[in-house]
Amino acid sequence: MTGALSIQGLHKSFGQLEVLRGIDLEVAEHEVIALIGASGSGKSTLLRCINLLEPIDTGRIVIHGEEITARGVHVDRIRRRVGIVFQSFNLFPHMRVLDNITLGPRKVLRRRQAVCESDAMALLERFGLADKATDYPDRLSGGQQQRVAIVRALAMEPDVLLLDEVTSALDPELVAEVLNVIRELAAGGMTMLIATHEMGFARDIASRVCFLDGGRILEQGHPAQMLTDPQEDRTRQFLTRIIEAGRL
Amino acid sequence: MEPDGVPTPPDEVVRPRRAQGPRLGLGGEGGRSLLIAAVSTVVFFGLLAFIVVNAPGWPRFQEAYLNGPIFRDSLPKVVSKFWVNVQLFLMAEALILVFGLLLAVMRSLPGPVFFPLRLLATVYVDLFRALPGILVILMLGLGIPALRIEGVPKDEFFYALVVLTLVYSAYVSEVYRAGIDSVHPSQGAAARSLGLSQLQTMRFVIVPQAVRRVIPPLLNDFIGLQKDTVLVSYIGVVEIFRETQILSAATFNFTPYVATALVFVVVTIPLARFTDWLIARERGRRGTGGVQVPGRRSRLFGRLA
Repeated sequence: MTGALSIQGLHKSFGQLEVLRGIDLEVAEHEVIALIGASGSGKSTLLRCINLLEPIDTGRIVIHGEEITARGVHVDRIRRRVGIVFQSFNLFPHMRVLDNITLGPRKVLRRRQAVCESDAMALLERFGLADKATDYPDRLSGGQQQRVAIVRALAMEPDVLLLDEVTSALDPELVAEVLNVIRELAAGGMTMLIATHEMGFARDIASRVCFLDGGRILEQGHPAQMLTDPQEDRTRQFLTRIIEAGRL
Repeated sequence: MEPDGVPTPPDEVVRPRRAQGPRLGLGGEGGRSLLIAAVSTVVFFGLLAFIVVNAPGWPRFQEAYLNGPIFRDSLPKVVSKFWVNVQLFLMAEALILVFGLLLAVMRSLPGPVFFPLRLLATVYVDLFRALPGILVILMLGLGIPALRIEGVPKDEFFYALVVLTLVYSAYVSEVYRAGIDSVHPSQGAAARSLGLSQLQTMRFVIVPQAVRRVIPPLLNDFIGLQKDTVLVSYIGVVEIFRETQILSAATFNFTPYVATALVFVVVTIPLARFTDWLIARERGRRGTGGVQVPGRRSRLFGRLA
């Protein structure tokens, strides 16, 4: 296993508020990392930093041996290799599903339209969305929209996929269809970082669970151990609250 | 769809309140309120007409402003010159749409690299919004030809077109910019995360959504432009207003102005109604997340029926 992603000493502040206070994380290829922690613990910010949507203050992020936070690195080129899916889907409402998916491959990878469309159709087929190709996003349910958003990120063939609480905006009955897509991706060997509140899902799918607290990775380990026998008090408190809420 | 991409599942589509244009406020129990409305309208306007017709200056007013023969004589003449305004308006509109968008995009590009562009566009918009249009028309329309630079056109129509484009682009760029700002930042983030450059994000994701939203206010600005074409008469373009002044001076009568006023009313009101209709349709679309509501009736008379 080679290192897919390496984060060293990552700090990030918004004004006076220090959101990330020294994150160190090594991710091997094909690994699925679940990031758990309370709201405001820095999960989303960490993912947005890895995608370079937020400039970092100090530290290094290395993807497949290339330091993406180095000076003079072309951010658009990095973003092609790092896919991200957002909590609120963020599909482009003025484009059909198919055009949403092919926009990146057409304009960024400069592939031919016909090639992009047949690739996109293959992906839609794989996730049971082929009949939605010519619909506009607002005709789709939340679960369908989020699956399209995942397909849109996959169409760029990223090295790493970042999922930022992708089921948090969904009605409960729509969560499973999205989680199943992620399960399939994990089975296919996609390297993923998943910020999630779905502890059961994290236990099933993750190769490692990281607990973020106050901008640091307080504790990490195998999901079974992390979720049943955490070493840190803060982790235990967090999981207790989750269990009380009936989410585990 | 909401700008931040929060979904409306199709099975939960909320039926919108029927989109409404200018309301006549004729709610309630059909027949009876219709009757009351009719009576009160007749009484009100009847009274108004009575006061005007019995005013002491009415005969002289009638002679100076509502002279039948002069009206019949001047109407075709002002209409024929109105084509100059129409040409000016249509050409300027096309140029303004392009130039205004360019300015808006320049002003909306983030990051330190684009600072000079932002500065340039901001100064331009501030300046041309600060200056009364008539001053710009007089200064540029008379000033630049006076320089007598070789190859610079001398045609007044050309300067009229340039000046209207310069002035109105400043306003229109602000309308575009409001549209660009109304697109939720998450749309930009989603586009950038795919690797699209700043300009590609603008072109393929932000601007198409922004333009759709600002079509009604843009049309509103064009109603203003349509009327402001008369300002170019001050640099010697013989268009409808200049022609009106000539006719009025020749007859010592104000009736040609009434004819011209009528022309503008007839041309502008349909555009205003069309704008209202578009706004209403846009509201309906947002309510249903992009689904058209079929079988909508006329805005103005729909509630009377």
